[in-house]
Amino acid sequence: MERYRVLMSGSGGQGVITMAIILAEAACIYEGRTAIQSQSYGPEARGGATRSDVIISDGPIFFPKVLQPNCLVALTNEASAKYLPLIRPGGICLYDSDLVQLDMRVDARGQGLPMHRAVLEEFGKVQVFNICVLGALAGLTGAVSLQSLELALKSRFAPAQFEGNRKALLLGAMLAAPLAGASLY
Amino acid sequence: MKAAGTGKSPGGRAKKASAAPDVRFVQGNEACVQGALYAGLNFFAGYPITPSTEIAEHLAELLPRKDGVFIQMEDEIGSMCAVCGAALAGAKAMTATSGPGFSLKQEAIGYACMAEIPCVIVNVQRGGPSTGLPTKVAQGDVMQTRWGTHGDHSIVVLTASSVQDIFEITVEGFNISEIYRTPVVLLFDEVVGHMRERLIVPPQGELSVVDRLYTEVKAGVNYHPYLPREDGRLPVSDFGGVHRYNVTGLFHDIFGFPTENPDQVNKLIHHLVDKIENRAHLLARWKEYHLEDAEHIIISYGASARSARHLVEGRRSKGDRIGLLDLQTLWPFPAQLIREKTAHAKNVFVVEMNMGQITTQVKQAVVTPNRVFLVNRMDGMLVTPTDIGTVMRTVEGRGF
Repeated sequence: MERYRVLMSGSGGQGVITMAIILAEAACIYEGRTAIQSQSYGPEARGGATRSDVIISDGPIFFPKVLQPNCLVALTNEASAKYLPLIRPGGICLYDSDLVQLDMRVDARGQGLPMHRAVLEEFGKVQVFNICVLGALAGLTGAVSLQSLELALKSRFAPAQFEGNRKALLLGAMLAAPLAGASLY
Repeated sequence: MKAAGTGKSPGGRAKKASAAPDVRFVQGNEACVQGALYAGLNFFAGYPITPSTEIAEHLAELLPRKDGVFIQMEDEIGSMCAVCGAALAGAKAMTATSGPGFSLKQEAIGYACMAEIPCVIVNVQRGGPSTGLPTKVAQGDVMQTRWGTHGDHSIVVLTASSVQDIFEITVEGFNISEIYRTPVVLLFDEVVGHMRERLIVPPQGELSVVDRLYTEVKAGVNYHPYLPREDGRLPVSDFGGVHRYNVTGLFHDIFGFPTENPDQVNKLIHHLVDKIENRAHLLARWKEYHLEDAEHIIISYGASARSARHLVEGRRSKGDRIGLLDLQTLWPFPAQLIREKTAHAKNVFVVEMNMGQITTQVKQAVVTPNRVFLVNRMDGMLVTPTDIGTVMRTVEGRGF
């Protein structure tokens, strides 16, 4: 039974939870697989550590939390320091190379990409940063297809917003393209 | 004349034939909203509180579109009172809250028990006591749902362990509240409330929806609001409608007027308790997995039951004789069900995120209470399959 566990972490306001929802929705609704998304956050509206867990599987999922992720997405230093030790041996850590200084002392592949900078250059603002990360994640791991993500985005956003989000998704995928295919499961 | 099944709720009449199934990827809280609307909810009063906020949020958007009423009240006390009033006036009414708000609602919940007002109260549990852990999971309100309001009374409390189950049990909750004219508490927890997974919304008509049972007494004829029919049900006349009657939290007679007559008081208190406790076997809802030949039986509910299921499926695939009883009715406590299901078990493990509120009940229900063990966790984290496995190994004398 194929099962892929993603732990997404960052700070409140970065869009970590939205990104996790879109990933799981793409797998569940548009690929017909079983997916579950849960989250853990503090009482603050912005700031504070945020974490969201996604499990994608071909079979049923009972325990909804991720204890050992196949893939860790870290968007702050705090998040990478806290969750890097959890990563499954041979797993992958996707992080933003400008926002995070990765102290890699675990048996996993660290993959830094300048996603934040690329989004800022392309759009002049960072609202779609999380979608760019999602594109990179899909490109890097193949956990879900870009097409499914695009469909999930389309159902979520009005046409005007969708275009920008789609661009951000492809931008992330392009950043990850040279590294893709190295590790799937 | 208004007969059963012709109530005012939109639930009974909407018939939309759609070919493709309505598949969504939503939170447990949203499944509760969808279930409530399916059951005909047309009035919500509440005061948003984590982790139940999404229920109010979605209903604020959806209810007005269905000609329903959404009110954000000044607090939880007002919310529960508004729900009582709306329900008496003919609405299918609900409120949603979490521990601190649930404490505030207790007085009016007692009023709803006494005045036999059909309504639904959702409590998405967080860590307590007091403000506790607003964003973390716990199951510490089990006893509060049973005994939170004062005086002898009875109440129905339902729970669920998946998004799909939340939808179905919410519909069930509304139905039970209508049939027995009682407040029904839907007791969820932060994990199932916030977790997102697949929800298939069944077409209207697939799940049965019980509408309000109206009296056949015509306008101008004396209507006895608290005179049960032969089958025990109390037909309603909307308060403020064609009949004039009294509703009170005091012990009352068949007209609804206060009484201290010992006979009537005695009769009413027994009626209030018996109408639910005598039907515990009818009200029991549960799911069971691999119980047929199980030596070790896990009893759990809500999010904890998911961890238990994870462990059970894993161990079954290795040949262990282990099974799970996932309770969906917590009150009235399904003691008979538990006695029957555990009759041949060597050990019973109760997995819950509190100090053993259901464990105590299970111990009273089973034949060998000394073989009942509690597996719990109360640090704001979801109990894990490993936590359960560790206790099981210890009990089985295999160390940990």
